Amino acid sequence: MVRRITPLLWLLFSAGGTIAALLFPVHLFLAGLAFPLGWLEAPRYEFLQRLVMHPLTRLYLFVLISLPLFHWAHRFRYTLYDGLQLKHLTELIAVLCYGAALLGTTMTVYLLWNIP
Amino acid sequence: MSAEPHYTLYHPKWYRPRVSVWWWLQNRAYTGFVLRELTSVFVAFFAMVCLWQLRALTQGPEAYGQFLARLRTPLFLALDTLAFLFVLFHAITWFNLAPKAMVLRLRGKRVPDGVIVGLNYAIWLVLSGAVAFVLLRGGW
Repeated sequence: MVRRITPLLWLLFSAGGTIAALLFPVHLFLAGLAFPLGWLEAPRYEFLQRLVMHPLTRLYLFVLISLPLFHWAHRFRYTLYDGLQLKHLTELIAVLCYGAALLGTTMTVYLLWNIP
Repeated sequence: MSAEPHYTLYHPKWYRPRVSVWWWLQNRAYTGFVLRELTSVFVAFFAMVCLWQLRALTQGPEAYGQFLARLRTPLFLALDTLAFLFVLFHAITWFNLAPKAMVLRLRGKRVPDGVIVGLNYAIWLVLSGAVAFVLLRGGW
């Protein structure tokens, strides 16, 4: 089953890698460093709430969270094989990695769907 | 799978020396490779922070305040700093590898690698500026 959808997994890997490369540095710098440390003024709650009401913002957040998770799943899977020489656990590692990415995606969709 | 042991003629046993789990520390290129592979862990970490922020946002101002307070703790500041460095490393290595992943042709001629890399950096700059513009507007 994993072998049959391998091309799709590589596609998700590269799409997620591109999203993470293009958008994560700025988001991480702002949300993780500049706002908590007070270097820049953080957006207000009401502003963000209004922002996520917009369908385009929801689509953006879905892409921003889900695709990089699949990028992680695919890359981390190979890191575990090669780095830790866990070749005998191939199937288990694949199920755990892609399963975690799928779970994160499901949670994202659930949250985005239930915004009033 | 058969219960019988499988013998190959003239190859009674392959010679495969055991490699240490730390094989990648002996050579700088290997270390760079493994560090690049490890960036995915920090990518996943920040994706989960985004998910957590979204959840706090949907739960109301109080939950969102708690989320912001948590991000101000030394633990998260340290994790976010480390994650930022790794994500930056991911972005730079990703853009630099882009011409090897996609070969573009214009009027039968291959677009030079430098142009593709430059284009990636330009898009990165524009998108980062756009995200910062939207989020910084919300502070007023």
